[in-house]
Amino acid sequence: MATSIDVTREHCPMTFVKVKLALAKLRPGETLEVLLLEGEPLENVPRSAREQGHEILEQGPLNGGVHRVVLRKGA
Amino acid sequence: MTDLKLPENSTSRKLSIVVFSGDFDKAVAAFTLASGAAAVNWEVNLFFTFWGLNILKKKRGRSPLGRGLLARAFGWMLGGVDKLPLSRLNFGGISPKLMTGLMKDRNVATLDELIQASKDLGVTFTACEMSMHILGLKKEDFIDEVRGVVGVPSFLDTSKDAHILFIS
Repeated sequence: MATSIDVTREHCPMTFVKVKLALAKLRPGETLEVLLLEGEPLENVPRSAREQGHEILEQGPLNGGVHRVVLRKGA
Repeated sequence: MTDLKLPENSTSRKLSIVVFSGDFDKAVAAFTLASGAAAVNWEVNLFFTFWGLNILKKKRGRSPLGRGLLARAFGWMLGGVDKLPLSRLNFGGISPKLMTGLMKDRNVATLDELIQASKDLGVTFTACEMSMHILGLKKEDFIDEVRGVVGVPSFLDTSKDAHILFIS
């Protein structure tokens, strides 16, 4: 069962902060499902995750401007 | 277990913020930048000086901290993180409480949450030796996260290749 985090009610900077802290708790190879809003969070959460050596496994829109991104923690 | 170390291939960028102000709203700005930058993998150092030292005090309310009568009077009047004034429209200290209520209502992180996030993300906190000396404050007066009491050369050394912001 993958860990999941919903940051759709958060604002800058807690969207990034919560994802970063959630990733920090995982072991390399484990996955994290993130629910976030389009705009700033969608543009930057996947990008900064990639920059930090994590992998984007899935990314797609749900309803109401919410997007689902699945990240795999890098080594 | 938390693992906040940077991967080897990461292009780490650095941000140093001089927290000169002890105003509530400016502290919110400093910790928003600090935690936001740390969350997207920047290495962040906060250097607290003068009024900014109030944010770091272990005693969150009013306390006659300091050495000497005048310093103690200052310590009492300034208070800690719960007594930070709003830089405008403070209304005798009621406004920061109203503002915190508004932040909670609007689901925006409060100052305490931003400070905690900065700690959790490994932002380093340092305190200015000179202004501590003037106000008669000791490292023990501050929260445990304060890594060191430093001067200008150490600050510059830490901030080498960093963006430097001064929040006054």
